[in-house]
Amino acid sequence: MSFWLESLIILVVLCNLRVLGSSRLTACIQTVALQGALLGLLPVLAHLDALSARLLLQAAASTVLKAAVFPWLLNRALRQAGLQREVEPFVGFTASLAAGVLFLGAALWLAARLPHAGPEALSRLVPTALFTIFVGLFVIVSRRQAVTQVLGYLVFENGIYAFGMAFAEKQPLLVELGILLDVFMGVFVMGITLFHIHREFDHLDTDRLTALRDS
Amino acid sequence: MRPELLHLPLALFCAPLLPGIINRVKAFFAGRCGPSVFQPYRDLLKLLRKGAVFSRTATWVFRAGPLASLVCAAAALALLPLGGLPALVCFPGDIVLFAYVLALGRFCTVAAALDTGSAFEGMGASREVWFAALAEPALLLGLAAMARQGGELSLTGLYGSLEPAVLLAPGGPALLLVAAALLIITLAENSRIPFDDPDTHLELTMIHEVMVLDHSGPDFGLIQYAAALRLWLLGALAAGLLLPVRTGRPWLDLTAGLCGLCAVALFTGVVESVMARLRLTRVSQLLAAAAAFSVLALMLVRGAP
Repeated sequence: MSFWLESLIILVVLCNLRVLGSSRLTACIQTVALQGALLGLLPVLAHLDALSARLLLQAAASTVLKAAVFPWLLNRALRQAGLQREVEPFVGFTASLAAGVLFLGAALWLAARLPHAGPEALSRLVPTALFTIFVGLFVIVSRRQAVTQVLGYLVFENGIYAFGMAFAEKQPLLVELGILLDVFMGVFVMGITLFHIHREFDHLDTDRLTALRDS
Repeated sequence: MRPELLHLPLALFCAPLLPGIINRVKAFFAGRCGPSVFQPYRDLLKLLRKGAVFSRTATWVFRAGPLASLVCAAAALALLPLGGLPALVCFPGDIVLFAYVLALGRFCTVAAALDTGSAFEGMGASREVWFAALAEPALLLGLAAMARQGGELSLTGLYGSLEPAVLLAPGGPALLLVAAALLIITLAENSRIPFDDPDTHLELTMIHEVMVLDHSGPDFGLIQYAAALRLWLLGALAAGLLLPVRTGRPWLDLTAGLCGLCAVALFTGVVESVMARLRLTRVSQLLAAAAAFSVLALMLVRGAP
C-alpha cells in the first residue's frame, strides 16, 4: 500500500520538475493535468479501507476538472493564440531545474519542522505539497507567457490541495467543492482573458504589458 | 568452485556478448538479419592479429592509453557484485573507488587522444570530459542514495542486502529513481544513442569515436573490449537494482544477474532503435535530469532503520 502511495508522491514531484524544465507548452499542460489526476487518485488510495461516496465524489470531481476540463480550456487558448513554446523565460530551464532541487530541499527542511498529524503513509505528502506550492509560485514569477503563468497557478492550487489532504483528513465536502468551483471559474476567466489579450496585442507576453500607452 | 570466484572470468569472457546483443536488437528493429551475437568476438580476434600504426608525434601516453583503460575497467570489475554474489574485493567505501576507477580509465583514454596532437581528437576529448563531468555527480549521488537507504558503504553490502522487500519498504520507490538515473548514465558513459551514436563517423557529431580514431589494430581491439566491460559494469549496477532476485542459491542468483544484464542490453538496443541522437545542447539537460533524479532519491529515501 505505502509503495503505491510513495510512488504516486514521487510522480507528483517529477511532474513538478518537468513543468520547470520543459519549454513546450502542450507538454507543460499535459504534465499539470497528470499531476492533478495523480493528486485526485491519492485520497482514494490513502483511504482504501474506508471508502465513502463522499470521498469518491470529491476525487472524481477534482480529477475530471484537473485532468480533462482545465487542459481542454488551456489547449483551446493555446490554439487561438497560436503559441507553442515558452521563449526566453526570466529564469532559464536548466537553472529552473536546479532551483527546483533547491526548493525540494527547502520543503523537506521546512516539513521536518512542522508537527505531523496525519497517517504515517502520508508523511512525505507535506514536503511534496510545500514543494509543489514553491514550484507554482516560481513558475508564476519566472515565466513570460500568460499561459505558463496560469499553469503556475494550477500547480500552486495542486500544492494547496495536497497540503490540505495531508493535514485535514475530513475536509467538509462543501469547502472542497467550493474551492474546485473557484479554481474552475479562475481558469475559465483566465482563458477568456488570454483570448482578449491575444486579440488586442497579438502576443501573450506579460512582460510587454507594462508598456501599454500609445506613444 | 565458489561462484563468487567465477564472476570475474565470466565477465571477462562474456562482456563482448552485450554489444552483440545490442547490434542484434537493432538489426531486428531495422528488419535486417544482423550479425550473430558472437560477431564482437570475431572482430576482437581480427583486430588482435593486425599490426598497429603509430603517429610520429605520439608518445608513450598514446600507446599506454588503451591498455590502461582496459586495466581500469578490469579493476572496477573486481569491485562489482553480480546478482547478490559478493565481489572479489570489498571494503566500506568502495563505491567511491568504483566510480573513480572508471573515471581513471576515461582519463587515460582522453590523455591518449590529446597526445595525438590532432585538433579533431582534442574536440572529442573535450566533449567526452564535458559529459563525464555531468554524469559523475549523478552516479555518485545515486550510489549515495542507495548507501543511505541500505546503511552500507560497500557495493557488495548494498547489493547483497537488496531484496524486493527493500523496494517495497518506505523509501524504496525512491530507489527506482536511482535505477532510472543509472540507466541514463549507462547510456551516457558507454556513448550509446541519445548521447552519442556508436555507428556514426560524421566528424561533427562524434564524441567517443573521435577519441579512438587514431588507434589501430590490437590497441583498437583493447579499446572495444574495455568498452564492452564498461557496459557490463554500469549495466550490472542498474540491473542489480531493478531485478533484486535473492533466492539464497548462488547459481540461481548469478543466472538472474546475467538475465538482468541481457535485459539492460535489450533495453539499450530498443532505445537505440526508437530514439534519435540528441542535439549536443540537450545532452547536458538529460544528464542534469539524471543528476536531479539522484538528488531527489537521496532526499526521499528514509535512511537505514
